Amino acid sequence: MEWNFRNGIPIYTQIIDEMTMRIASGAYKPGDKVPAVRELAMDAGVNPNTMQRALAELERRGLVYSERTSGRFITNEESVLKDLREDLAKRYFDELTEKLGKIGMDQEDIRSAVGSWLDGLEK
Amino acid sequence: MARIEIENLTKKFGELAALDNVSISLEKGQIVGLLGPNGSGKTTLIKILNGLLTPTGGSAKINGMEPGVGTKKVVAYLPDRNALPDYMTTDQLMDLYGDFFADFNRLKAEAMVDDLGIDRKQQMKKMSKGTKEKLQLCLVMAREAEVYLLDEPIGGVDPATRDYILKTIISNYNEDAVVIISTHLIADIESVLDDVIFLKNGKVELHKSAEEIREETGESVDQLFREVFKC
Repeated sequence: MEWNFRNGIPIYTQIIDEMTMRIASGAYKPGDKVPAVRELAMDAGVNPNTMQRALAELERRGLVYSERTSGRFITNEESVLKDLREDLAKRYFDELTEKLGKIGMDQEDIRSAVGSWLDGLEK
Repeated sequence: MARIEIENLTKKFGELAALDNVSISLEKGQIVGLLGPNGSGKTTLIKILNGLLTPTGGSAKINGMEPGVGTKKVVAYLPDRNALPDYMTTDQLMDLYGDFFADFNRLKAEAMVDDLGIDRKQQMKKMSKGTKEKLQLCLVMAREAEVYLLDEPIGGVDPATRDYILKTIISNYNEDAVVIISTHLIADIESVLDDVIFLKNGKVELHKSAEEIREETGESVDQLFREVFKC
């Protein structure tokens, strides 16, 4: 899997976003073992301390859990995964409506545009 | 005790102060970028840590010791130019390193040399500039040292090799070691750095964690560097 980092944003937050996306999209499945810190750091080309910090934060958020001797795993908690997907969906809607707002669309415009766009997809 | 403790370090060449009252303390377990434009004192600082130059004033200590025989055992140094006998082949140079350094891991060196496609039977002087640099770096990184001083390790090599070198640094990184990388190719290495030190005219202009810089300024280390050192 590819890692791409953008300038001027702390790398650990970008790692968190990327890992979150991998979990939400099912690239990492519930119960999967998370690769070791060093392995992930090498893969992403980042400092191991930074990777460690990002994984600790994912753990704090309940997306991964660690077992003393065998490493870290993706959470099996359905409710956590459901919340995660809802949070992400909300974020994408926020981004979308903000951008559409910038080009002058109000709520009604957006509602009807989304409707006709979905209709277009169905055909 | 800090792994590297530099206090009020000054180095003068005649009237010119290459280092001017520099104080830096580095704990183990870090990868540090020593960044600055040409002539800012990077190489002078690294040479003092190696015992190749002596300070005019102040001190630089590794594990509490002045640079010397005791520190050379634990310091792996990549100079900014070739210091190895270039009539030797890759194999012979690995023998040489094995003889000189108790912490040299021959198997690791061979694996890196093979990964990078360096001919083990070839004399160093017959290698291209980039291949020479790769070989030197393999030898240095194959040591299991406590301090790595890498003076411009990626300057002369292609981008694919650069990636490999950075991965080697990450994989070699251990909690007991400090890795200092001097370079001006900041964009290429900034994602692997813990701390960055900006040197300007022999003084420490900034010493901060790379993540803090990104967080506080919303800029990459590379962008900040270009601002601080704008010509």
